[in-house]
Amino acid sequence: MTALLRARGLGKRYRRRWALSDCTLDVPAGSVVGLVGPNAAGKSTLLNLAVGTLTPTAGEIEVLGGRPGSGAAQLARVGFVAQASPVYPRLSVADHLRLGARLNPGWDDALARDRIRRLGLDANSRASALSGGQRAQLALTLGLAKRPAALVLDEPVASLDPLARRAFLQDLMEAVAEHGLSVLMSSHLISDLERTCDHLVVLIGAQVAVAGDIEHLLATHHRLSGPRRDPATLPANQHVLSASHTERQSTLLVRTEQPIHDPSWTVTPLNLEDLVLAYLSRPPAEDGSRRVLAAVR
Amino acid sequence: MTWLTWRQLRAQAVTVFGALVGLAVALAVTGPRLAHLADIAGDDFLNLAGANRADSWTYDVGCVVVLALPAVIGMFWGAPLVARELEAGTHQLVWQQSVTRTRWLATKLALTGLAAMVAAAAAGLAMTWWCGPVDQAVSATHGGAGPLSTARMTPVVFDARGVVAIGYAAFAFALGVTVGAFVRRTVPAMAVTLALFVAVQIAVPLTVRTHLVPPRRDTVTITPSSLEGFRGTGPPSGGGHIDALIVALDHPGAWLLSARTIGADGRVVTNLSSTLAVCLPPPDGRPSPERAEAYRRTCDAEIAKHGYRQRFTYEPAGHYWPLQGAETGLFLTLAAALAGLSLWRIRRLS
Repeated sequence: MTALLRARGLGKRYRRRWALSDCTLDVPAGSVVGLVGPNAAGKSTLLNLAVGTLTPTAGEIEVLGGRPGSGAAQLARVGFVAQASPVYPRLSVADHLRLGARLNPGWDDALARDRIRRLGLDANSRASALSGGQRAQLALTLGLAKRPAALVLDEPVASLDPLARRAFLQDLMEAVAEHGLSVLMSSHLISDLERTCDHLVVLIGAQVAVAGDIEHLLATHHRLSGPRRDPATLPANQHVLSASHTERQSTLLVRTEQPIHDPSWTVTPLNLEDLVLAYLSRPPAEDGSRRVLAAVR
Repeated sequence: MTWLTWRQLRAQAVTVFGALVGLAVALAVTGPRLAHLADIAGDDFLNLAGANRADSWTYDVGCVVVLALPAVIGMFWGAPLVARELEAGTHQLVWQQSVTRTRWLATKLALTGLAAMVAAAAAGLAMTWWCGPVDQAVSATHGGAGPLSTARMTPVVFDARGVVAIGYAAFAFALGVTVGAFVRRTVPAMAVTLALFVAVQIAVPLTVRTHLVPPRRDTVTITPSSLEGFRGTGPPSGGGHIDALIVALDHPGAWLLSARTIGADGRVVTNLSSTLAVCLPPPDGRPSPERAEAYRRTCDAEIAKHGYRQRFTYEPAGHYWPLQGAETGLFLTLAAALAGLSLWRIRRLS
């Protein structure tokens, strides 16, 4: 099976600043990948590299086995809804559907019309008359009805209300289940990602902090609490993400592939939000340790 | 792509073609009457037509429309074509459909460019038809002083009819698209397009046109009847001298590029003999026929004595269509080169 995303030493530089550097990733096809990270971590850069609107400064990237944006066939297989969900202000909703139908061989008109009807959008109203959320829905409808094999979404639900957000994610999951759609999406809402994604990539400071199957990530990250002790005395296979101490007690978040046998610890599992926050709130570490973490699959 | 191209051009196309329909109606209403006037008025035709407000106004408006049309197309069809997509971010929508950017732009360039050329052809040829009697009269006579008597070979009028507007429109359109793809913002792109196009529209007649079809060079003997006056620094009696003779060119409808007075040795003379003052109208106003005849003979003898002749460089009226064709070809070539540049550019945009 070809990979949804395969990156080797991928980097993108704007003038003197690296927006993304030394990114190596392997994500299997059929995955629903959540991309998280603080602002300016390089999420949009990675997504734009994946759809070919940006070209890499270093390294290489393949999506579904093809070079992003390399031709009509690749464009047909990979859909993209950009962050601002741009639509043509002067064109009507119906015009947008017609645009999709004319420009995409695999266009699913029934799906598009059904979504527009369910969203309650007037087909004759101009896009400029729509609210921000409605415009986003229109752009997402175009992305879904194109029937790509992989859909790349840059913060797709940011401008939707909670109900619309849930409905959209449900539509997305239906397409994943029915058509084997792969999804790569960025979001700040970890709870949404937890519900929909089976794969996670955390970007921090233009680099991959951690990436992998979510179940595996949850199985290898633990919260340890017990009598106060120095984190440096832990076994070598336990990497400490964060440590907090009271006078008598220590609480550590660790990643380890091995079972934890030390009876002095009380081991509790992490949820996805704890895990992501543990990485996001870590003080900027030296590059070496991050590379180690990036190797986790 | 065809549908999208048309859908996005619709508003601008309706404006331009609507204006052209207005012009066509005005020309169709006044044209037959003008042709009839040419049939009955004889030598007075140009003066009569020029004195008719409706005709001279139609002529002026028609010329302005044909001259301005390429600039309008460049600004309103060309410049926003890529720039507005980049500015509004809609390139992120349309370039993510299953059509490559290259095909997207190539289709837009071809279809919108074709519409631009059709518009220019319609305007240019309609004016050619309407001006037919005028052009015929101008090339049959030595012209007149009326507003309609400018020969169609002369710079500004040359661009205002015929087929050359097709080339200008294609060029202006491709220029607008290319500028938009580099400037990336609609209004600045429109301004830059207008500035560049007007510069080209002014520079080409002055510097390029005469290289497309080489002008003709004639040296003619000067007769008292062809001598129209002098150019100089004041009356010879007052210490001034004569720099050149002003002589009529006996080629109606030609575009005169230069006229130089040369001496017997074939060289250009810049300080002519002051004895030529006899050729000036006598100071006592209306001389008797005998005296006038005496003056003319003296003048003739003076010119013959120094061997003065006039050397003309000019594009004769017969060069009109070859020049129109060559200049159209030049601008279509430039348009194709700009289209290639914009296609190259668009693949490198992010």
